[in-house]
Amino acid sequence: MIRYLYGHELDRFPKLKSTMFQDRAAQFKGRLGWDVTVDELGHERDCYDDQAPLYVLWQKPDGGHGGSMRFLPTTGPTMVNDHFKALTSGVEIRSPHIWECTRFCLSSGAGANVSAALMLGGVEVGLGFHLSDAIGVFDPRMERVYRKLGWQPTILGRAEEGSAIAVGLWEFSEKVRTLLSWRAGISRDLSKHWFERSFGRQSLAQVA
Amino acid sequence: MAKRLQPILDDIARVTTLDELQQAIFALRDAFGVKHIIYHSVNSTGEQYAALTYDQKWVDRYLAKDYARIDPVVLGCYQRFHPVDWKKLDWSSKVARSFLAEAIEYGIGNQGFSIPIRGPSGQFALFTLSDDNTDENWAQFTANNVTDLILVAHFINQKALEIERGTDILPEQQLSPRETDALTLLAMGYSRAQAADSLSISEHTLRVYIEAARFKLGAMNTTHAVARAMARGLLVV
Repeated sequence: MIRYLYGHELDRFPKLKSTMFQDRAAQFKGRLGWDVTVDELGHERDCYDDQAPLYVLWQKPDGGHGGSMRFLPTTGPTMVNDHFKALTSGVEIRSPHIWECTRFCLSSGAGANVSAALMLGGVEVGLGFHLSDAIGVFDPRMERVYRKLGWQPTILGRAEEGSAIAVGLWEFSEKVRTLLSWRAGISRDLSKHWFERSFGRQSLAQVA
Repeated sequence: MAKRLQPILDDIARVTTLDELQQAIFALRDAFGVKHIIYHSVNSTGEQYAALTYDQKWVDRYLAKDYARIDPVVLGCYQRFHPVDWKKLDWSSKVARSFLAEAIEYGIGNQGFSIPIRGPSGQFALFTLSDDNTDENWAQFTANNVTDLILVAHFINQKALEIERGTDILPEQQLSPRETDALTLLAMGYSRAQAADSLSISEHTLRVYIEAARFKLGAMNTTHAVARAMARGLLVV
């Protein structure tokens, strides 16, 4: 199922949390060979995990991590503005309608439907919170995954030949939501239910 | 709404003191036709600032009782950053319920909508509207205005940060050469497609550069952004 959890809420799901950081180590340090820090617990974490981000996660039936991504508003500190302005022609991308999405991660063995479900969760965040786009630093080798899903980023810039870094823009639209919903095999209603379960409580409080 | 808001945003752009910012909050409240608007900021060193239309009696009461500890709006928006209708917060505890009853008694209203704001270097703020209304009308009002409200909330925050630093323009509000190029071409009457083509970028990239420039300039839309940039002498056309 798709879960939407802010940084401080991860502790409610210890297994999901630890397997996410382990899977990130396996993907970014292991498979992609990025220069990232892995701690003594085998967790890949960076300073943006300390900025109270919003995580979108795919939780497997056993409670573990199937995939995840991380959102932060571009009006606060972001990876793109702090470190990769050279890839955006020097433009600092700050807007309340654009959030940064980074650390798109899939556990090894996750099927295509998991990446589709995760991207669907990303679109739910975008459309649910009135965003126009997500911006993110990503590995160009992941482009294949996005292309297969039908939601390719617009590339703002790429680092030098041979380096595994690009900055991309993903536009949120109803069309992409429909497409990903179909690819993931998750109905509009189910996806809506998961979103509302996280962001809107059913018990209303007009008590007075 | 954008038409009615533009003159207010122009006024906000000219604000140089916290007193004037307070006046701007009152003007915004009248423009949106709600009971109250509250802007509350906490910077990286824990310093606080608020501009609000609440009755001073409620402010005194809130501070004396240290209600920030139990206020579901504060608890629900701290460490989160999506806009939220107060109905979606957790009012299940007894203290929260009696707090709400008291707030209503002090004229806060029975509805609220809050927009958390993340600023540079750990600064954060909350922009809130409250009103007396039915659930249905309030849902309609917030749905119609949420996009404008998100922008206005961030413009107020940028202004407050600017006043706090005592500089005219924050470094992050300066336009890069690429943004200046994009706005210059639009000011010269180029279509978006022509401007993107001239700069050898996609229209999607151009749109996001313009969006970044628009936000830095505190403008409601592209036309407003071009006018702002011209007025500041940033474009040579």
